[in-house]
Amino acid sequence: MLGDGILKGLAETAKNFAGSFVSKERMTTVEYPEERLPLPEAARNFPFLVYDGDDWEKGLRCVACQICEKECPPKCIYIEKSKDKKPDYVGKPQIYPAKFDIDISVCMSCQICVEVCPFEAIKMNTEFELATDDRFGGLLLDRKELARSNEYYHQIHPTEASEVDARLAEEKAKVEAKAKAAAEAAAAKAAAPPAAAAPATPIAKPAAPVEARPATAAKAAEVAKAPAAATAPVAPKPVPGTGSDGAASMTPEDKKAAETPAKTNEGEPKAQGEPKE
Amino acid sequence: MDFVFYLISAFAVGGALAAVLLKNLVHAALALTIAFFGLALLFLRLDAQFAGFAQILVYVGAVAILVVFAILLTKGSEVPKEGVFSKSWFAGLAISAGVFAVLAWAVLQAAPSLPNETAAPAVTVNDIGNALMSRYVLPLEIIAVLLTAALLGAVIVAMHEKAGPKQSAGAPGPSLLGTGERRNS
Amino acid sequence: MTERLDQIFVVLKHWLLGYLPESWQTPVGVVISVVCIIGLYPALFAITTVLERKGVGRMQNRLGPNRVGPYGILQPMADGIKSLTKEDIVPTSADAVVHFLAPVILVVTVFMGFAVLPMGRNMVLVDMDAGLLFYFAMGASTELSVFMAGWSSRNKYSLLGAMRAVAQMISYEVALLLSSVVIVMMTGSLSLVKIVEAQNHYSYGFPHWFIFTPWGLAAFIMYAIAGTAETNRSPFDLPEGESELVAGYHTEYSGFKFALFFLGEYVAMFSISGLGSTLFLGGWMAPFSGLQFIPSWIWFFGKLFVSMCVFIWLRGTLPRLRQDQLMNFAWKFVLPMCLLNLFVAGLWRFMGEGWLRWLVCSAILILAYVSLGREGMRRQKFGPRSYRYAE
Repeated sequence: MLGDGILKGLAETAKNFAGSFVSKERMTTVEYPEERLPLPEAARNFPFLVYDGDDWEKGLRCVACQICEKECPPKCIYIEKSKDKKPDYVGKPQIYPAKFDIDISVCMSCQICVEVCPFEAIKMNTEFELATDDRFGGLLLDRKELARSNEYYHQIHPTEASEVDARLAEEKAKVEAKAKAAAEAAAAKAAAPPAAAAPATPIAKPAAPVEARPATAAKAAEVAKAPAAATAPVAPKPVPGTGSDGAASMTPEDKKAAETPAKTNEGEPKAQGEPKE
Repeated sequence: MDFVFYLISAFAVGGALAAVLLKNLVHAALALTIAFFGLALLFLRLDAQFAGFAQILVYVGAVAILVVFAILLTKGSEVPKEGVFSKSWFAGLAISAGVFAVLAWAVLQAAPSLPNETAAPAVTVNDIGNALMSRYVLPLEIIAVLLTAALLGAVIVAMHEKAGPKQSAGAPGPSLLGTGERRNS
Repeated sequence: MTERLDQIFVVLKHWLLGYLPESWQTPVGVVISVVCIIGLYPALFAITTVLERKGVGRMQNRLGPNRVGPYGILQPMADGIKSLTKEDIVPTSADAVVHFLAPVILVVTVFMGFAVLPMGRNMVLVDMDAGLLFYFAMGASTELSVFMAGWSSRNKYSLLGAMRAVAQMISYEVALLLSSVVIVMMTGSLSLVKIVEAQNHYSYGFPHWFIFTPWGLAAFIMYAIAGTAETNRSPFDLPEGESELVAGYHTEYSGFKFALFFLGEYVAMFSISGLGSTLFLGGWMAPFSGLQFIPSWIWFFGKLFVSMCVFIWLRGTLPRLRQDQLMNFAWKFVLPMCLLNLFVAGLWRFMGEGWLRWLVCSAILILAYVSLGREGMRRQKFGPRSYRYAE
């Protein structure tokens, strides 16, 4: 009959009206400033800089390598390197960003900076209430405004942060082990000055981490290279021509030292290429 | 007393003059509405409530709207470049003057024969209804038939176009609530 | 005590007028009443807007406005201040005079309707002999202001909205008048005060409202439909169909003028509701004889409130009609029903007392309703549409 549909509809809205006062499930509204839904863990907005410890300036993980600045598609990052150095989390002296600005009005939240950073220094923030009445200065965040503690990082992305921490700890352990080994080697070298560097290098090469403390790896490579370059032209010769002066004067210890660098030389391009890539 | 009468009269006459003289047709139609309204006020001034309100209801509410609709539907709302007067304006003037003279003469002739009452007779809506249904029932019926005929004529004129080839099928069907696709229960 | 409470406003007004000289009393009395009406209904309008937004929100499982004041009840204040302080923009090509006059005329004519509505015992501004006619005359004048608004804006959306509004209002005004004429036939008066008095008797504690008769119920339903359409309310809000026409005839209005249109719309709703309750629901009368101790004006405004709630409920429920559905509904269903109802009312009058007239009148009306409804809902085959343009 004409009108029964209208009555049905009226009953439906009446049910909704009454139900909205009774059942909580009906009212899906979240009254935002007072109530908030928890953000999903994968939420991201704009990048921030992670620091360890209490002092944001000292603990900043960033070493101003400028990879993120170069990779940033909209070019919203600006970095100035420092002149001096400060120790990083493993205690190694590193340069640090004297200036690190991100223009979040330009940033497109692509997360590329986070992906390219070899030092786990830049991460994505979840903070979204960034409205400001200053259109230019207010949205240009400097390093102080960008700095967030590692605890904060744990708070917003717990899984990711613990992964990062584990990785860093592993690296640190490795570096420490290496340093220990290097120290031992140094001690050995002190004991036997001419041959000291050679035994240390085969250990150092495979240990060179993926993110590779570049200085350490490079140094190791250099150490490896130096004797190799010195002995390589000489080394092949002694085998056929044993009657020459130089070869004849070689002691067995010297021979061993000359062979080892040549062996390591094969593995070198790989080891050297890694830090660069 | 007289002041109010002259005010209302000025209102009505001004509206009527504006309706004739304004260039924009819609403005003219709106001015005509003012004239209608003034006329209604004159009726009310004479304690003729029914006539006054009926005047507003019919003329302001329906006739003015009809006029305005007609203007809008016939592309006549553009303002003419030249003056509003046609070339034969003097003939029109002569005819309207003649009509006015006849009407004025009739009114003046009829004035002495009216009962010279000081107080206006209290005519209620009830009385009008009774008069319409008893003494004037024949004119009322004739008018009703006339209007019905006019209505039917209008419908036929409007339907005429639909009777053309294939058009009747194309036009939206006569349905209260549309297709009724889901409403056939 | 109840008597005094019932007449409190009347007594108050007379007491105020008592301080004035004799010759001043009538004009000042009129001014006081007018000011009361003009102050009261905008206040009700403010309350209704927040009620509507919250009510419709609840129907859609939302909260509605809840920021300004406790539970958002001060929202209309914020809205009012906003619309008052907004820039009043008149389009360059608009007809400035007509553009200005349209909202003014709308509000004036809408408020005029309250002059004849009895809002309580002895609480009517003018007890006119032709009160109902006056009301409809004023109602008819609003159409013109709607047209003026749409035409003067020089905007095709405004004009289309105005055309729709005027076509709709003319169509449904016929139904509105015809459904009210039944009441006039039964009471033999156009005066709204007399119409209320005609319903003012009880049997077995129940009132003799006109809605409790077959023809009265039918007329009331037709009146409600036509009244909803007349005030451009959902589901008949095509003139303002925002999906098609931005905001219809008041697209080009801003600031206070827009607020006036908004006010006019709501006050027209009050006015239509008030007239409906006067005609069919016994005006200021109590629904049971035992409840007569409650002041009459509370009953009037209570009925007003209930009908506003129904308006809001309908708005929250029904989708908008299409233009052809609207017109077909007016001319092919509501109008025939109204005409038939006139006949039924006459039949009722001349059949005399008894159960037979109940049976016959109800049977005729139900039969007509069912058959007309079935006719209307018949499955239609739609071909490709053809459009006709004005030459």
